[in-house]
Amino acid sequence: MNFDMPNFLPAMPEMFVLGMTSLILIIDLFLNERTRVVSYLLAQATLVGAFILSLSLYSGNAELSFSDTFVLDPMAGVLKMAVYATVFMVFLYSHSYLRERGLFRGEFFVLALFGVLGMMVLISAHSFLTIYLGLELMSLALYAMVAMQRDSRTASEAAMKYFILGAMASAMLLYGMSMLYGVTGTLELTELSRAVQQTQGDRLLLVFGLVFLLVGVAFKLGAVPFHMWVPDVYHGAPTAVTLFISTAPKLAGFAMLMRLMVDGLPGLQPQWHDILVLLAVLSIGVGNVVAIAQTNIKRMLAYSGISHAGFLLLGVLSGTPEGYAAGMFYAIVYTIMGLGGFGMVILMSRAGFEAEQLEDYKGLNQRSPWFALMMLFIMFSMAGVPPFIGFWAKLAVLQAVVSANLMWLAAVAVIFSVIGAFFYLRVIKLMYFDQAREQGSLKPGADLAVVLSANAIGILALGAFPGALMALCLQAMGA
Amino acid sequence: MSFEQIIFYIFSAILVAAAVGVITVRNPVHAALFLVMCFITTSALWLLLEAEFLAITLVLVYVGAVMVLFLFVVMMLDINIAKMREGFTGYLPLGALVAGGTIAVMWYVANNDYFNLTNMPPPERLAADASNTRMLGEQLYTTYVYPFEIAAVILLLAIVAAITLTLRHRTGTRYQKIDQQVRVKRDERVRMVKMESEERK
Repeated sequence: MNFDMPNFLPAMPEMFVLGMTSLILIIDLFLNERTRVVSYLLAQATLVGAFILSLSLYSGNAELSFSDTFVLDPMAGVLKMAVYATVFMVFLYSHSYLRERGLFRGEFFVLALFGVLGMMVLISAHSFLTIYLGLELMSLALYAMVAMQRDSRTASEAAMKYFILGAMASAMLLYGMSMLYGVTGTLELTELSRAVQQTQGDRLLLVFGLVFLLVGVAFKLGAVPFHMWVPDVYHGAPTAVTLFISTAPKLAGFAMLMRLMVDGLPGLQPQWHDILVLLAVLSIGVGNVVAIAQTNIKRMLAYSGISHAGFLLLGVLSGTPEGYAAGMFYAIVYTIMGLGGFGMVILMSRAGFEAEQLEDYKGLNQRSPWFALMMLFIMFSMAGVPPFIGFWAKLAVLQAVVSANLMWLAAVAVIFSVIGAFFYLRVIKLMYFDQAREQGSLKPGADLAVVLSANAIGILALGAFPGALMALCLQAMGA
Repeated sequence: MSFEQIIFYIFSAILVAAAVGVITVRNPVHAALFLVMCFITTSALWLLLEAEFLAITLVLVYVGAVMVLFLFVVMMLDINIAKMREGFTGYLPLGALVAGGTIAVMWYVANNDYFNLTNMPPPERLAADASNTRMLGEQLYTTYVYPFEIAAVILLLAIVAAITLTLRHRTGTRYQKIDQQVRVKRDERVRMVKMESEERK
């Protein structure tokens, strides 16, 4: 038989990450408690190396490889680099948190890097097969990370829920894929879109398949009504893991949505448009309203994440390259803000004390004016107050929605985000106008202080100059 | 009716009967054994479809490994069936609704025009010496090499995750020190004693 050797070059970052992960797995065996930091440094080096590789491979055109199961296009390049940067930050934040709780083990970094690999595969997927495998690789790593704190009952419960619901979502996704495969006879996305355009007559079966696919995607993004797992998992998992699962996988989830809907099923655009409208309205509504009732900041941020997922969908459902770019911009901005939000929870916590309750933030201004200011930046940005980056992200998706002639949808989104502003502002009120429950100034580790400050100031700086990131997203989407 | 069809119906009937058995018998061990029967008859059906490799894998992996493990677990754990059946009637309406919906969707999908015999003609018979395994192997290592490798990574991750979640270093547990066992010498174990022979009484 004749066989064309695939072009390995576009998959260099994947191969590098896999190789390094396996290396860390082996090296970690020979490390003890004192030298464990080597695993951490190697993991960070892996991310930096992958970033450099992806950057050097970045170009304006799409390149297919491995019998068209793999694609490297500008969107994949940008999203992968965003994933590396996010996980790099996650590791920086988690370092001292893990150490204080006896979770500073090589497996944490190995599992996280496997998760990163899964996200990369998912982002670069160009066939149902690779989408599914990338998703499973990512999810499996996340399930295990949630369960890593074995002696914590809430963590075990969260992992169980996450695993069972995640398996259900995967099953739904596979069911949808099998229907689409049955009708079109292909798994490859370009051929799939061609076959869908050509199908005559009864399209109901295609729509059935589409619905099942979207159930799977909505679950991974945490969109209502498939959001049940989000608050419990974010709450139950160790905060360092929450930081990880609430940020980088959203980028991969966005990529999965784009690959399936825009690359694979543009022929069903009217149908998925309607479904996404429903998901977006429900997510923005439920996310913003239910967050008000929360007293636990991790749960509050979880509901905030649900509403952000709704906003992200707004960009995609507009169906234009500008809209996709706005959605991508939103996904990246949300990751930056999510890092800051959960990073602050890590910063406030210490060994034996988790700053999970909103009350723990009372009077933060008296204890540490600087970090209260940083938290103010993050909360304002999440609420969408100018000049922070969150404002530009919301503006971009709303512009996309308006240009798609969905004024009512934009109005609903704005109303709910005004309602949602309440719970962000409540945190600020607690920090500045309430009496501190415990005295003594806040003294986080130097690395944590620097990272969080950089993160929060980054939110302000990007808000002042959003043009570059927006231009990058527009370029990635070919708009 | 051709001979093949007769075989098909016989195996299908056994399969359906065994599947009903899995969910109706009270004894979990019997249920597991019925499941083994399901797998074996399914593999017979696959043989009829010329999927020899899958048929053999099903028997080797599921019957040989998975079900044996399953039986071990069922026999070792003290599962209280009566307790598991609690709330059965409470969940029945919801379960019936989901099952009914799923059956309706499946019915629709299976009876769709896309899948009738004109749109999906039966594949041609393979030659008698066609090797299923070889064809699968050639596809796996060429066209599908990238997904195949990712599947391998998923297995590696599964091993790492399983060990991470279950391995505990307990102090004070007794375990074999194999190197010392291997290095052991006769003198350390056997003591030769010289005795006077005694007279049997």
